Amino acid sequence: MSTLLQEEQKNLLINKSKEARKQLIKAVNHAGAGHIGGPMSAMDLFINLYFNELNVSTEDPDNDNRDRFVLSKGHSAIGLYAALAVRGFFPIEELKTFDSLDSRLQAHPDMTILPGLDMSTGSLGQGISAAVGMALGAKLQNKEFRTYCIVGDGESQEGQVWEAADVASKYKLDNLVAILDNNKIQQFGWNAGNGKREIPAVNAHGRWEAFGWHVIDIDGHNHEEITNALHEAKQVSGKPTIIIANTVKGKGVSFMEDTIKWHSRVPTDEELELGLKELEAGV
Amino acid sequence: MKTILSAEKQTMRDGLSKTMLRLSQEDENVYVLDGDLGTSTKADVVADNNPEKFLQMGIAEQNMMSAAAGLATTGIQPWTFSFAAFLSKRSIDQIQVQIAQPKLDVKMIGGYSGLLTGLTGKTHQSLEDIAIFRTLANMVVLAPGDSKEVEKVMEFAHQYDGPVYIRVARDAYPILFDDDYTFELGKAITLKEGTDATIISTGTQTSRSVEAAEKLEEEEGISVEVLHMPSIKPLDTEAIVKAAEKTGAIVTAEEHSIIGGLGSAVAETLVEEKPVPVVRVGVKDRNSESGPNEAMLDKYEISPNHVVDAVKQVLKKK
Ligand SMILES: Cc1ncc(C[n+]2csc(CCOP(=O)(O)OP(=O)(O)O)c2C)c(N)n1
Repeated sequence: MSTLLQEEQKNLLINKSKEARKQLIKAVNHAGAGHIGGPMSAMDLFINLYFNELNVSTEDPDNDNRDRFVLSKGHSAIGLYAALAVRGFFPIEELKTFDSLDSRLQAHPDMTILPGLDMSTGSLGQGISAAVGMALGAKLQNKEFRTYCIVGDGESQEGQVWEAADVASKYKLDNLVAILDNNKIQQFGWNAGNGKREIPAVNAHGRWEAFGWHVIDIDGHNHEEITNALHEAKQVSGKPTIIIANTVKGKGVSFMEDTIKWHSRVPTDEELELGLKELEAGV
Repeated sequence: MKTILSAEKQTMRDGLSKTMLRLSQEDENVYVLDGDLGTSTKADVVADNNPEKFLQMGIAEQNMMSAAAGLATTGIQPWTFSFAAFLSKRSIDQIQVQIAQPKLDVKMIGGYSGLLTGLTGKTHQSLEDIAIFRTLANMVVLAPGDSKEVEKVMEFAHQYDGPVYIRVARDAYPILFDDDYTFELGKAITLKEGTDATIISTGTQTSRSVEAAEKLEEEEGISVEVLHMPSIKPLDTEAIVKAAEKTGAIVTAEEHSIIGGLGSAVAETLVEEKPVPVVRVGVKDRNSESGPNEAMLDKYEISPNHVVDAVKQVLKKK
């Protein structure tokens, strides 16, 4: 596959993803609470969006023409916060306040207190509808900005996701890009008898296609593929795009990867040390 | 005695559709979102006369409310239309998390509120919407009493920056207000003076309360004040306390469940500020059915005669 990503930029994205993952597991360890698996699986997407794709500025985070981003799977907030901090929206130090009283870094994204957050989420299924509203608002007012939204695969069991898919397609929102964090694990999950409790195969590709969306399948941890897919989405006209990002929950730390256990477990100090080492080594 | 109730009746939907069309024409940011009920709520007037400002969102209320939140962040003022029953129950989580908590500028029109919903029965009636909406922080909750007040309340909502729920009804009611009337957020209106008891009412129950008060005065010589509360949140607690001080006996009246609505809000205020006898008129914690208007009001104990009885009851407790 041809690549749009220069070597230097690719290395930057890889390094920033690594840095943000480290900050994320530190923050969860420090707070003694928070989700880990989902934020880790979406981290390459956050970093690619904020360093390579979104037209946003740390100096003017509320600019009317900025691209919009909605984290529909709001429980992965700490992953987004880590990416925003690494991108310079607020000091890395502030990640220590995650989940504490008076913090701007609420357990789930609160748009009223943290500049750079475009929508409050946390109750699953809603964010993508808000993103539809933003993209529709841009169309109606001839505004140039594009809207991006990350949705969970577990979250996609919510009927509202499909209400949004339907309406986005009816209004031909080609300025909207949804990204499915397809890590195949949710919170408790489905008892398939193998202890992993993964999400049964749901043919996400076929479903979104049937709703009239342009569908792109990628490896959600490969910055070249993410970049190419986001580029392809810009060429699509008359319909919204969904990028099915195949990911690994807990990506980056071996013992957190692909296991239901690490949906929202807090790493002990030893686990944190080990995790930081693995991330540094890039296992 | 001359009644203050007009013989002519108007539906709230008349004032609503006229005002909605005008606002959509005057303000480029105003858009109407419909959950496929335009013909019932009369939002269809905008679809027919100003189609660029009408967004059909389909039979998908959850998406409609979250999408309205998204639209509001881009500078549009969305006016969302559905039945009170569906807004307050089908999409309340969306309204809470994405509209009320972030205090976004979204207007919500709950049509077909209360009991009289044109023979549609308990699935479409709404006896809980006031209770549900008034518990949400940042919400403004309004229940106008006639078609003219609907217009005034909508003009207010258009100017106000934040979430507003407006409870409207389907059928025709006497005209209580004229063009000079100005709606003030959080202010009660004295429609009739009196000294023996006060009826505090809202929405469609206000004209029934006036009818009851006039009847009591004429037939029994009981002097009853009527205090209309179009603004349920914020609530005019000062007027409630003053009423209690003046007449010492309060009846609340609403086309809503007696649990959690205006009656509860008034009782909450009085218990803390000025305890006096209170009797609440409303649907008494029961499910209803479909039926003709007069029969429904009677069976579910919210007719003018039930308000009359409530006043007599509260006077005995004084
Ligand atoms: C409406 C709603 N129901 C339930 C939850 C609780 N919850 C939080 S995360 C989660 C699992 C989400 O799974 P998925 O979307 O696949 O996210 P990921 O695995 O990427 O973390 C659940 C059920 C919620 N936040 N909102």
